[in-house]
Amino acid sequence: MNAWDRFAATFLDTDVMARYLPDIAAGFATTVWLALLVVLAGLALGLALALLRSLRFRPLSALIVLHVDLFRALPPLVVIVLLYFAMPNAGWSPSGFVATWLALTLVLSAFAEEIFWGGILSVPKGQWEAARSTGLGFLATLTWVVLPQAIRVTIPPLTNRTIAITKGTALGSVVAVSEILASAQTAVSFSFNPSPLTLGAAAYVVLFFPVVLFGRWVETRFAWKR
Amino acid sequence: MPGFVETFFNLEIMRAALPYLLQGLGTTLLLVLLVVPLGIAGGLAVALLYRSPRRRVRWPLILYVDFFRAFPPLVLLIFLYAGLPFAGIEIGAFTAVAIGFFLNNSAYYGEVLRAGIESVPRGQWEAARSTGLSAPRAMLWVVLPQAVRNVLPDLVGNTLEVVKLTSLASVVALPELLFAARQAQSLTYNPSPIVLAAIIYLVLLWPFVRLLSRLEHRMLVSR
Amino acid sequence: MQREPPVLSIRGLRKSFGATEVLRGIDLDVRPRELVFVIGPSGSGKSTLLRCCNRLEEPSDGSILFDGTDIRAPGTDINAVRRRIGMVFQSFNLYPHMTALGNVTLALRQVLKKPRREADEIAAAALARVGLADKQGAYPGELSGGQQQRVAIARALALEPKAVLFDEPTSALDPELVGSVLQVMRDLREAGMTMVVVSHEMGFARAAADRVVFMDQGEIVEEGPPAAIFGAPQHARTRAFVDQIVRH
Repeated sequence: MNAWDRFAATFLDTDVMARYLPDIAAGFATTVWLALLVVLAGLALGLALALLRSLRFRPLSALIVLHVDLFRALPPLVVIVLLYFAMPNAGWSPSGFVATWLALTLVLSAFAEEIFWGGILSVPKGQWEAARSTGLGFLATLTWVVLPQAIRVTIPPLTNRTIAITKGTALGSVVAVSEILASAQTAVSFSFNPSPLTLGAAAYVVLFFPVVLFGRWVETRFAWKR
Repeated sequence: MPGFVETFFNLEIMRAALPYLLQGLGTTLLLVLLVVPLGIAGGLAVALLYRSPRRRVRWPLILYVDFFRAFPPLVLLIFLYAGLPFAGIEIGAFTAVAIGFFLNNSAYYGEVLRAGIESVPRGQWEAARSTGLSAPRAMLWVVLPQAVRNVLPDLVGNTLEVVKLTSLASVVALPELLFAARQAQSLTYNPSPIVLAAIIYLVLLWPFVRLLSRLEHRMLVSR
Repeated sequence: MQREPPVLSIRGLRKSFGATEVLRGIDLDVRPRELVFVIGPSGSGKSTLLRCCNRLEEPSDGSILFDGTDIRAPGTDINAVRRRIGMVFQSFNLYPHMTALGNVTLALRQVLKKPRREADEIAAAALARVGLADKQGAYPGELSGGQQQRVAIARALALEPKAVLFDEPTSALDPELVGSVLQVMRDLREAGMTMVVVSHEMGFARAAADRVVFMDQGEIVEEGPPAAIFGAPQHARTRAFVDQIVRH
């Protein structure tokens, strides 16, 4: 048996893979579900915070900056561990799924707020003035004039950041969320063979690689002349 | 039920756990000192190789970068730590972390530095070469300084992410800050050590977050 | 004609930015169909004066009556007032993500709540009026500076304003493009539009203005018909400014 055959027998054992495919598939579904919930809630919260910040009401802005700084500085795993292992002491015991979802949502919202806010700031003051001079109100100006321009500059960094944070769903394995990685690890310990891990790795590539390619496409598509 | 402060900010427990946590912090910093330079070196190699006119060289590099942008670092780490032993390769937690982070971070730093180098006008390179500077010197003295300046916020941001990423090492039982905090928590049945670890991360990283905010803002305004 | 009440009536207008007082008590009336030209050295407060008239800058003190409405009164709907005061900016400030037509229709649809068809018709007419009937579908990035500024004028005109404020409308333009914008302004004057213009185009002021106002250091130093201001200025500061302009 040469080295490759030995490698294949160990890491690409098709029998083992076939046996645990349903488990990994279930984990895949959990990861997709978790990821979607994180993306939706994280981006929505981030946008809402950026819009609130555009009101330029100082105490509110200070709170938002605090939120952003906090969740940009804390490692996501630390937030997950805090929610999952520490919160029960306060009488709230979130499931691993909820803890992971909430932690990643908070982290994504912080990064997204900063990117959206940067986008809003990148729109020249004259755009606000022109719109307001025609009688458009604050909200109408934001909706029709400022945000469409802001979104354009935010999409590339936002896509990259969203991918990076959504990959963190794998951290759920630490707090007993049976997503892809956890399912694969369980399968490895039962089968005494690492092939489920290979399968799990492949599942992540299948899930996130197209998103990364989409991100690249978006990056070139939105690189407009200023 | 004990009060909020007693539960989450129990000073007595924090004081007891502090030496242990500081030891963990030491390991975290050691990890940072190892994986940041390694990642930058790997990323620089990616960015420089990407300048090759040959598509055969550039395509694998793009594939490499995009693969690791798609692949969760924790999965990579578990694969190295728990998978390789099945092939008779026992590398231990520290080496697994070092290799995993090197692969992952090289991709991210590579992407940032590539963008930086591409942002420097070709005329800079040509001017440097026309004055007789060799290719490495032109790169080192003319192109790279401008490249780094142009993507400084991304470089700082990426480094911040790398530092935060070291917390994953706790999953493979490397006794860094988060691991130490969880150990202390399980010994004392009190979450204060984890809160303390979070505070230490904040104290350590908050200045960099502020710096990053300022850099990003300056980039925005100067455009 | 002199009996008609002024469209715009400014009394004791003051504006400070921090410790610096940019406007120090401005009194100015603008009558219907009048073209008032405001000149003065840079930093004299001309632009701030214009921007106070629709409260893009918040005045510190004084009163501004526009078409009988006190625009500083607490109950005033400032958006309703702004709709009736057109404004044209030095840097055009067209919306880059919208076509010329989209730029003009936005306020028609969002503020006046016109249905799409009607808004499109009004906008098309406004663009035709500035000589850009064939540029409806063009994005600002595809237009020359002069064309962009004419779209901006059409954007203001489409709302049928009672008056239009021009804030250095030709300063950002290449010399060969200035003429087309001035021609549109001349046409507007022929059609009886009330206009307040801050500009350095002295030739245009001489030819088209009813009244020239000379400002310096936040005050109106002197005002009168163009012939008087340019030909026989009464005040030393005016004379110095006019001499300097003429020499150039």
